[in-house]
Amino acid sequence: MKTAVVLLPGLNRDRDMIAALTTITGKAPLTVWQTETALPDVDLVVVPGGFSFGDYLRAGAIAARSPVMRAVAEAAAKGVPVLGVCNGFQILCEAGLLPGALMRNAALRFVCREVKLEVTNARTRFSTAYRQGQIIRCPVAHHDGNYFADEATLKGLQDNDRIVFRYAEGTNPNGAINDIAGIVNAAGNVLGMMPHPENLIEPEHGGTDGRGIFESALGASQSVAA
Amino acid sequence: MTAETEITPELVAAHGIKSEEYQRVLGLIGREPTLTELGIFSAMWNEHCSYKSSKRWLRTLPTKGERVIQGPGENAGVVDIGDGLCVVFKMESHNHPSYIEPYQGAATGVGGILRDVFTMGARPIAAMNALRFGAPDHPKTRHLVAGVVSGVGGYGNSFGVPTVGGEVNFHARYNGNCLVNAFAAGLARTDAIFYSEAKGVGLPVVYLGAKTGRDGVGGATMASAEFDETIEEKRPTVQVGDPFTEKCLLEACLELMQTGAVIAIQDMGAAGLTCSAVEMGAKGDLGIELDLGAVPVREAKMTAYEMMLSESQERMLMVLDPGKRDVAEAIFVKWGLDFAIVGKTTDDKRFRVLFEGREVANLPIKELGDEAPEYDRPWVEPKPRPVLAAADVPSPRDCGAALLSLLASPDLCSRRWVFEQYDTIIQGNSLQRPGGDAGVVRVDGHPSKALAFTSDVTPRYCEADPFRGGAQAVAECWRNLTAVGAEPLAATDNLNFGNPEKPELMGQFVKAVEGIGAACTALSFPIVSGNVSLYNETHGQAILPTPTIGGVGLIEDRARTARVDSLRDGDVLFLVGRDGTHLGASAYLATIEGREEGAPPPVDLEEEKRHGDFVRGFIRDGAIRTCHDLSDGGLAVAIAEICMASRLGATVEAGEGADHAILFGEDQGRYVVALSEAEVGRFESAAAEAGVPIRRLGAAGGERLSIAGRLDLTVRAMTVAHESWFPSYMSGTVLEPSAAA
Repeated sequence: MKTAVVLLPGLNRDRDMIAALTTITGKAPLTVWQTETALPDVDLVVVPGGFSFGDYLRAGAIAARSPVMRAVAEAAAKGVPVLGVCNGFQILCEAGLLPGALMRNAALRFVCREVKLEVTNARTRFSTAYRQGQIIRCPVAHHDGNYFADEATLKGLQDNDRIVFRYAEGTNPNGAINDIAGIVNAAGNVLGMMPHPENLIEPEHGGTDGRGIFESALGASQSVAA
Repeated sequence: MTAETEITPELVAAHGIKSEEYQRVLGLIGREPTLTELGIFSAMWNEHCSYKSSKRWLRTLPTKGERVIQGPGENAGVVDIGDGLCVVFKMESHNHPSYIEPYQGAATGVGGILRDVFTMGARPIAAMNALRFGAPDHPKTRHLVAGVVSGVGGYGNSFGVPTVGGEVNFHARYNGNCLVNAFAAGLARTDAIFYSEAKGVGLPVVYLGAKTGRDGVGGATMASAEFDETIEEKRPTVQVGDPFTEKCLLEACLELMQTGAVIAIQDMGAAGLTCSAVEMGAKGDLGIELDLGAVPVREAKMTAYEMMLSESQERMLMVLDPGKRDVAEAIFVKWGLDFAIVGKTTDDKRFRVLFEGREVANLPIKELGDEAPEYDRPWVEPKPRPVLAAADVPSPRDCGAALLSLLASPDLCSRRWVFEQYDTIIQGNSLQRPGGDAGVVRVDGHPSKALAFTSDVTPRYCEADPFRGGAQAVAECWRNLTAVGAEPLAATDNLNFGNPEKPELMGQFVKAVEGIGAACTALSFPIVSGNVSLYNETHGQAILPTPTIGGVGLIEDRARTARVDSLRDGDVLFLVGRDGTHLGASAYLATIEGREEGAPPPVDLEEEKRHGDFVRGFIRDGAIRTCHDLSDGGLAVAIAEICMASRLGATVEAGEGADHAILFGEDQGRYVVALSEAEVGRFESAAAEAGVPIRRLGAAGGERLSIAGRLDLTVRAMTVAHESWFPSYMSGTVLEPSAAA
């Protein structure tokens, strides 16, 4: 199972993501620097979290226009699975790979805490390791995680089962509309989510609820490849 | 050399240089200084950079130990943790800037301390912040709390270091002068530590990082003066932070260090280019020549004076191996940072600055740097306060209500509102986050080790008795590390005091340092780095003496640690240490009675060590999994905190004695621990053998904390009280009276 992690200046959960992928796949992911114009042939591309370009202008706006993100868009168009976490989700939205936007948290403060997520679609290639409706734990750490989209977009997401994770049990930490924590694109191969599954994959993290996302993505790509 | 600007006595005074110091300048250089030179002297000889009032006393602190690789005098202290690894750490204040501009002041405080750590080749792995604000009902307090907390988070979160601990306190004596003490620790290989001492003549001096602007000109001089109503005019002396550039600078520096290109490196902190260049040269017994024409600037028409005194952030200075220039420059280009050769090392021990073809400064480097002036300021012994007997403090009519008041008080309530604004889990190694006795972080890549971090001081005690307060700060820090099962390794001190030119305040400083020294010696807990912040006063009102101690401990086997939130049904609770008796200078006295009087609790360092070593032994053999130290609020608050964190009740017998002394007394050297019934026999006999007093308190279970004959509360009611104050206060819905009201 081959994975790649996109590196942009200012990202800071790249090391967490590399550690998580290494733990789960037994093999360190390849890294792809911002100036690269093509991606290696891999089973999963991850755009990790952080503050690419300092979140200046708007979170993810500058990163979305970097050469490597054009390469990510091309790979996504060919069906390669792409996961964007936190700043990665913001970048994917800014790059037009996912609909909607991530606004400032409703409380206008950074928030780092554990929340509950409901797996609202366990049939995507990123969520098959979970049961439909399962409630999982997951940490969040962001300032701009307040998902918003217009009504038509929301209806499209809802009608096509593209909302994969929702904040559950009243734990919405940022005011996201309809408690949306993670969505997939229409083709189902691009997932963006605000919470950090890579920080909850081993017992010393206090739980392993985040593993399922990686295991689903890699398991699915393996069976596709097989 | 010509000086275009006339050096008048007013100009000298405006630079914070006393007339006798100016005479010394004239004697040293044998002529009138240029304006740039005057600025350089002002930057190097101010209290903040020169430690001129404190140096004599700092020298008395124990700084050596088996594991100490580098003590005070470098960018940060370095301590060996085995397996070829070391922990690099320091704490530093950013008090004055944070009061003037809370967000940027706090942010750049965090940025500065992180830079101190990675300048030495260490990747930052943990941060803490000790924050002290004025009374909650003071009109500026809420604004300062909001700005400082958001600034700390804004910088640390973006940089990508977990904030794993800290302190937040309120007291009217900080009304005009809040304290922001930032701690950072990093991990490095012992064979790859970088120092600031320049070596070799004729080698290039390279400027790295962000461009130089006019921000922060004169910042260190500002930080060495008292405040008055003109502080608003000082806003331009506060620097503006850019955590994005700092994150790039971190990665670029660590990459650069691996190439072998770095001979010496120093971050530009207080007094920027001046201080970093002088320190590198003075330490290496070399001269430095700078040509300011090559300095990357972001503003037009900057003068030599401004460039030398700018405190623009995210900058470094290094001495480069000239053979590695291309590889070094390529790394900085990759990260989008400036790389400019701005000078060279010389053999004449002069600090020479050239600008537009002229020499604008030519000064003896040793006298500027490591041979700067030093004072033995007059001081008087603080007056001891009488001991306050528990019998002279009214007993509470309702112990349960008193406990709820304490749990909901500004100083003891939950800090969740604060620490949830900090990224506490980034890097994926945080084993214990804020809310426990110490933050615990895995040693990245190591199969079993972890490091523990805590920051402590009880300013109430220091005000009442600076010696005892200084010793208690060290003891509590050591105790908090012990309470998670760590072996305390070493500490950093951040000494915040008032004007040292007042003998009473200098006396507080001297006695507190003596107390710190005594405790560090007794507990084998050396001070390896630190910072002194004096002149913390406004309109002549000094802050409470606040010597913050940041401690680091080593956990050999992270599978065997203790926490506050791991109490299980049926666990047996014990008090380790004697029953509570002491209410003088306590949180109970301040919160419930509104009185701040009496001597603080005695600190018996031998007992502290014996009790701590006993508890740590049982944590390390796996028997104790739940532990909490006793500090503010005594036994009842400690048990309540364990119950709230574990969401479990307990039924307890607390022993004979006055209710308030037993429940809320702040006697030192004490812990609450929990074990399974099967371990009780072994624990009791070991305690008897070690001469450690213990009391079987009772058992965990149910939904209530019941202390026989004294109080009975649901864990839920305690939690509501504990969690409510901070968010209500910050949202402005409730304005609590201040503690003393």
